[in-house]
Amino acid sequence: MTERAATTSILNNSEFRRILYQLLIAALLIYLGWSIVENTIANMEARDIRTGFGFLNETAGFSIMMSLVPYEPGNTYGRVFIVGLLNTLLVAGVGVVLATIVGFLVGVMRLSQNWVVSHLANIYVEIFRNVPLLLQILFWYTAVLKPLPGPRQVFERNTEIYFGISNRGITGPEFILLENFSFTTWTILLGILFTIGMHRWSKHRQAATGQQFPVVFVGLGLIIGLPILIFLLSGAPIEFTPAKMGRFNLSGGITIIPEFLAVLLALALYTAAFIAEIVRAGIQAINYGQTEASRALGLRNGTTLKMVIIPQAMRIIIPPLTSQYLNLTKNSALAAAIAYPDLVATFAGTALNQNGQALETLAITMTVYLSLSLLTSAFMNWFNSRVKLVER
Amino acid sequence: MKNQNTVFFVRKEFAPSRPAPASTVGVLGWIRNNLFSTPFNSLLTVVVGGLGAWSIWGALDWLIFNAVWVGGNEACKANPNGACWTFIGTRFDQFVYGFYEKPERWRVDLVILVLFVGVFWTGWEKAPARRWAGGFMLILFPWIAWGMLYGGIFGLPIVETSQWGGFILTLVVSLIGIIVSLPLGILLALGRRSNMPIINSTCVFFIEFWRGVPLITILFMAAYVLPLFFPTGMNFDQLLRALIGFAFFAAAYMAEVVRGGLQSLDKGQYEAADSLGLSYWKSMRLIILPQALKAVIPGIVNTFIGLFKDTTLVLIIGLLDLLGMVHAAIADPNWSIRSVPTTGYAFVAITFFTFCYGMSRYSRFIEDKLNTGHQR
Repeated sequence: MTERAATTSILNNSEFRRILYQLLIAALLIYLGWSIVENTIANMEARDIRTGFGFLNETAGFSIMMSLVPYEPGNTYGRVFIVGLLNTLLVAGVGVVLATIVGFLVGVMRLSQNWVVSHLANIYVEIFRNVPLLLQILFWYTAVLKPLPGPRQVFERNTEIYFGISNRGITGPEFILLENFSFTTWTILLGILFTIGMHRWSKHRQAATGQQFPVVFVGLGLIIGLPILIFLLSGAPIEFTPAKMGRFNLSGGITIIPEFLAVLLALALYTAAFIAEIVRAGIQAINYGQTEASRALGLRNGTTLKMVIIPQAMRIIIPPLTSQYLNLTKNSALAAAIAYPDLVATFAGTALNQNGQALETLAITMTVYLSLSLLTSAFMNWFNSRVKLVER
Repeated sequence: MKNQNTVFFVRKEFAPSRPAPASTVGVLGWIRNNLFSTPFNSLLTVVVGGLGAWSIWGALDWLIFNAVWVGGNEACKANPNGACWTFIGTRFDQFVYGFYEKPERWRVDLVILVLFVGVFWTGWEKAPARRWAGGFMLILFPWIAWGMLYGGIFGLPIVETSQWGGFILTLVVSLIGIIVSLPLGILLALGRRSNMPIINSTCVFFIEFWRGVPLITILFMAAYVLPLFFPTGMNFDQLLRALIGFAFFAAAYMAEVVRGGLQSLDKGQYEAADSLGLSYWKSMRLIILPQALKAVIPGIVNTFIGLFKDTTLVLIIGLLDLLGMVHAAIADPNWSIRSVPTTGYAFVAITFFTFCYGMSRYSRFIEDKLNTGHQR
């Protein structure tokens, strides 16, 4: 009888144990959370640290070397946040585009039949992938861009500068779009719309009759050629004001600061190495039988790639590609190391050091990155469910 | 009709096979097939190959042939068009040991020696007692190494962590990250696959949080906010706080890799383990994890490589690892020579490249060994 009691002990009931374990974990977590909150409040009181998000409305009082929206030291910390966020998004956005272009190029090069091309692409990938990103950022900044000669050595005094490179970055003219420019804008928009429509129409026609239409060339003509024509016809309505070299310094014009260039180059080249690997793996993952089958159907190499291999490879490529984009965005936080005024450098850096509200500042910063990554993974899930193979 | 049979000619022996055309075999054939098969390919070979050869030659020339190998900073000033290796030579000790006290540096040497021997022993398949070496490296070695480096045991004098720096700091941060992340990552991955809602959601939240934010913000958090979380008076030094942040970050990434391995296993394995009457932990330890971990060894090594590279980020919160040391040394006015920054970064790059590339080759080797079949 006692034996039976032992085997049916409530401790052996799996349902009971599930609940018990979870209760224990929950209790532990609550205790941890509670003690952290308790300690934080006590510590903050002891160290006289302010709390709350009121600091966002206070004057920041420091200047930022680059901002996409008007900013001056008299603006608030909230404004600093916006400036930093926009700078982060700018470098990440341009970096994503550049990394994609370089990455696809190198990835395709790695698959080339040409021995020289594939091996050089391989060397590129191995070098850029195996060297820390921070080192690459510092290299571009400290070893390449900063030692460039200063504007006084590069430019002569009192000259107008339309393009120049110095240790201040890349200098170019400022441009103003005049009223007539709207014609060109409209033409571009119409061209894009027409091209989309044409693409659909040609797809239908090809499916029905087998006839092909040179969509790419006509589309390029509509989106690029026609606007250029309209632009010239409307009297080239754009006004350039070149930068001017004064006695000591440059004035006017647009300058792309070296901090931005260094971060952009490093991020793009580093991420491109990973993207190249993803592209290569994606294309190689397609069974060789697919190529053979399309050859058997009489498709040419280019058509095989375009109609058979790439559509299938994209299904494999896009999910890791999105996570590389996300990595690039998160890695752009390393810009803080060379004081490119991104979110981390301005808001979680200078602003934090000034107001001392580390908890709130870092919480806001982390929330931004966290929501970016949640958005990305939401997109990834949506994409995955869309392109998932429909299996019988 | 009659002599029809006689006109037939039946060849009795095979014709001797002629050699392949000269243009398709040998060096010439290879060059033709791989480099100049089409006009476009030829153009590509010339243009890309030319650019590649030019940049590789330029790099080698700068790094080796035209570099300054002996002399002081004067020699480097005299030759601006080559690497300044004497800069690395004079600062080498600092780059390896940081500010670790000179008479105590043998401790660092010993730890590094044991580490390398241990890693090779564990990594080399035919080594005797490999399991024991692996167990020692994963379980005992971290404690011994910490004791040796920090001191306080065996009567060794204490060397404060603020004096650690250079390569040894890089090693400490990456090894702690690696050693903590593996068991913690496995637990988190198991938790994420658990069907108990509280455990599952805790693990999901933990993993997604650490993976969703940049490592820098975590290190900032560890530097500025973490001290607030502990009771007043209880304080860790800067390095330890950074290590906590880094280890959690590493664990979250490891968890996702391990989860991939767990998901790749057939459901039948779980069911078979259950039908044998094994408890949860036993079935994990004996059936599931050995297979799951084996399947994701490449992923684990890749995560290690990523972590190793990420250790450089500690320089942003003021810890001087190898990169930080070099970065700081470059600013020395005695060495403000055009070639010094590039030389310094090239030195760090070569160091990291050697380790990371070595690890990735090893993972490729394991991958090939485990990957039987399915290869075209």
